[in-house]
Amino acid sequence: MSPRTGPRPNVPVTIDGVEHKAFEGETVLELAQRVGVRIPTLCHLEGLSIYGGCRLCVVEVTGDRRLSPACALEVTAELEVTTQSWTLHEHRRRIVELLFAEGSHVCAFCVSSGSCELQDLATEHDVDHIHYDFAHPDAGIDASHPKYSLDRDRCVMCTRCVRVCDEVEGAHVWDVAMRGSQGRIVAGMDQPWGEVADCTWCGKCVLVCPTGALSFKGRATSEMVHDPEVVAFLSTAREQGEWLDRKADA
Amino acid sequence: MAGPIDLYDVANAERDARAHFSRRAFVCTSTGCLSAGASAIKQQLTDTVTDAGQEQGVQVVPTGCFGLCSRGPLVRVETRDQQPTLYEHVDTDTAQLIADDHLLEGRQASADTVSLELPFFARQEKVVLSNAGKIDPDRIEDYVGQGGYRALQSAVETMTPEGVVKTILRSGLRGRGGAGYPTGRKWEFLSLADGDQKYVVANGDEGDPGAYMDRTIMETDPHRVLEGLSLAGYATGASQGYIYVRAEYPLAIERLERAIREAKRAKLIGRNVLGSDFRFDIEIRIGAGAFVCGEETALMKSIQGERGTPTLRPPYPTERGLWGKPTMIQNVETLANVPVILERGAEWFASLGTSESKGTKVFALTGSLNNTGLIEVPMGITLREIVEEMGGGIPDGRAFKAAQSGGPSGGCIPAPYLDTPVDYENLQKLGSMMGSGGLVVMDETVSMPEVARFYMEFCRDESCGKCTPCRAGTVKMHAFLDRIVSGVGRRRDLQHLESLCHTVRATSMCGLGQSAPNPVFSTLEHFRDEYLELLVPDEAFGPDGNGSSPDAQRAVATSPGGVR
Amino acid sequence: MSGETAVNEATKLRVATAWLGGCSGCHMSFLDLDERLVELAAMADLVYGPLTDIKEFPADVDVTLVEGAVTNEHNLHLAREVRANSKYVVSFGDCAVTGNVTSLRNRMGDPADLVQRVYVEHPDINGRMPTEVVPALLPQSEPLHEVIPIDVYLPGCPPSADRIWTLLARLLESLAAGEGIPDLTWRGPEDLRFG
Repeated sequence: MSPRTGPRPNVPVTIDGVEHKAFEGETVLELAQRVGVRIPTLCHLEGLSIYGGCRLCVVEVTGDRRLSPACALEVTAELEVTTQSWTLHEHRRRIVELLFAEGSHVCAFCVSSGSCELQDLATEHDVDHIHYDFAHPDAGIDASHPKYSLDRDRCVMCTRCVRVCDEVEGAHVWDVAMRGSQGRIVAGMDQPWGEVADCTWCGKCVLVCPTGALSFKGRATSEMVHDPEVVAFLSTAREQGEWLDRKADA
Repeated sequence: MAGPIDLYDVANAERDARAHFSRRAFVCTSTGCLSAGASAIKQQLTDTVTDAGQEQGVQVVPTGCFGLCSRGPLVRVETRDQQPTLYEHVDTDTAQLIADDHLLEGRQASADTVSLELPFFARQEKVVLSNAGKIDPDRIEDYVGQGGYRALQSAVETMTPEGVVKTILRSGLRGRGGAGYPTGRKWEFLSLADGDQKYVVANGDEGDPGAYMDRTIMETDPHRVLEGLSLAGYATGASQGYIYVRAEYPLAIERLERAIREAKRAKLIGRNVLGSDFRFDIEIRIGAGAFVCGEETALMKSIQGERGTPTLRPPYPTERGLWGKPTMIQNVETLANVPVILERGAEWFASLGTSESKGTKVFALTGSLNNTGLIEVPMGITLREIVEEMGGGIPDGRAFKAAQSGGPSGGCIPAPYLDTPVDYENLQKLGSMMGSGGLVVMDETVSMPEVARFYMEFCRDESCGKCTPCRAGTVKMHAFLDRIVSGVGRRRDLQHLESLCHTVRATSMCGLGQSAPNPVFSTLEHFRDEYLELLVPDEAFGPDGNGSSPDAQRAVATSPGGVR
Repeated sequence: MSGETAVNEATKLRVATAWLGGCSGCHMSFLDLDERLVELAAMADLVYGPLTDIKEFPADVDVTLVEGAVTNEHNLHLAREVRANSKYVVSFGDCAVTGNVTSLRNRMGDPADLVQRVYVEHPDINGRMPTEVVPALLPQSEPLHEVIPIDVYLPGCPPSADRIWTLLARLLESLAAGEGIPDLTWRGPEDLRFG
């Protein structure tokens, strides 16, 4: 998030029994990331609007019988949250399993294998097999774009692509069509991606995709490396004068 | 420019006009009776009266729902000197008899009638449905003739907005959409919210299978909804109201549209409501029939013309709602209670019902009952009274098994709890909920796992797909239920079903997903044996887990889900 | 595990492997254990599998690693034999664990049409339905745990030799000590992982 100026953090918040000082208006996820507490996320991406759909970042809040998504939970004084418990682990594990079961995430020949947030989440949550039957969807591949391709069966509906295109690039090529398990990402007015004149070919959607759903053409198995941090970089680089550094890194 | 209508003049004129008629026939023209031919019946009665030249003394009134929908089309005839007669299952033949004998001659026709003494009618306490079957919903004069809009008038003329909020708070009215949140508290939040523009919304996106309370209110007494919404606007400082109605309710939309036009013309809504400084406009927004759009954040998205998916709360709508402005969403039935409360007083309203649940509740009574239809009963009435007395018991001598309240978000109430008073707290304690008011009665022949599967199928089809547990979880929960109901389920299927139910309930984003497992939990709590009986026993699988019995083989061959 | 531990031949564990609907890549990876195979041989006898020439699945096997999805009748038959004769079954590799590539056919509908296309329509010469030797396809290709109970899952396509060894060494050590299945979750470069 953007660099915080002004007062020092002064909101006392307890995470997993340890008290931290949070900035006013900070979310629990931001605080946790700042102090080095790992909370799993999937749809969340720094620099984009908060979506709260994947539900992996849910945490327990003392005094609230309901779980809250850390990505959207703003800190309040004396807030007490638990980010790791057996129950949370089980909930998160089941959510990861559901994602595997509803799609066709065959890592074996995925362009993103090795650079996939879903794959990492499975490992993090000890998912060694899927308890639910696989849907074996056939939602279709859109390879009409000259540079990129979309495999909808590998999509986890995080809508990072929708948001980055709308909020950062300003092109609003992507949207969600249909609902529930029939929901899918569509380009333009549900056109082949390559025919959507609004697409600027910027590739941000591809860079932020957490799985192998969006990829550069010409990449073989495990050759697609995403760069979701590009969004945070784009949103803060100018103020922080990072343009040159990044160039040098590359 | 003409000023607002004088409510008392209109009411007096109505009363005088009514006095001319010695006989009046009220024909139910709500969706149920219309679909059974009520329109033609009304025409037939009118034509017969006109042909006989008796239209000065006999009136045929198209009106809203009488409630006993299972016996429709219904026609009620009132004469000066006789008790009203309610004719049931009226067709073109009996309509002619009613017209010839009763309307023209004044003697009861030899057609099937329903006693108005029936507990179905006698046990009701009509508050929001008080005009049902009495007025023509398309005539504003009819509503005004019953005292309509006087609450609005006295509010804008004699009460402060805070006074109205206080009255609603004191009345103890709670949201009729399901959760039972105190209405006055919501009004208070909105009235205290900062903002130059505020909105109030009537939620008429009734989506539970088998429920039609709100539809009936909108079809039967549209002006009551307008008046309730206007009062909400006055009390909270909102100048714009929306009525969100699903597109599947064309008649409700038509009548509301007409009501809005007439109310505007009468200066009951608009720039200067009833000549005061209060400005309030009402528009209808038509939903495309997605269940999730009954959820308030999704509803607001839909009103804004966006994809109808819920958003995270907080911020709550009363802080940041429609177009970022403070907004309050109220169920249609809740709003329909408001004019009466202001007219008859918070204390009167609070005297109805139980200590925590005040007033009445409209239920759509469906399922295995002799009398089905729409009833309005005081809170706290027992389920037994509803089922056995009002519903007339179960047909063919079958036994009562359970009643499902709260639709796909609710749960079932089994026979041992028949004497539980029906209110928000008690239903919740039983693992169900009040919901919007659908009450489905099931007899002993019904399989509860099948019921759970039915509701899960509904939730699966209605999930918007925004959050993972609801989108993917309802699919898998349905798959497990389907296996169990189909007789190929194993113990592990039940275990996975239950664990998944816990996760979907705990982690879903909005009420749809959080409550989708409720029918499973509640049927499991009360009827676990039925599930267990359907399972292929583990022993059938032998030590290697794949025994040779046909059931076991079938179960093995079609198994989803792990063994561990 | 140290190779120096003297192992009594009589108490040596009996290990088998089985090859169902998969590419045999997991077995290749197993062979990549290289010199660790010698250590393994010190602890256990390999009593069945594609790497042996034994025709019938033997009785009283301690641990069987099963590669591949259950995609045809023969796979199903062998899976059941494995389960009936093994104390512990390891679902070995992604095809066994998730169905993986083998199960991609599931979305293509009726296997009869599939076989028709592959064996009758597409061959340049002698296109005909196989009637012998080739076992009939099941309606759906399933992960192994769909048809038999599994004790241990070892995902990966294929699981690397290091990953196999980490798991196998722990498992066999624990079984040799009579302690049953140990905790097999661990963190490190050889983490359990799909793909």
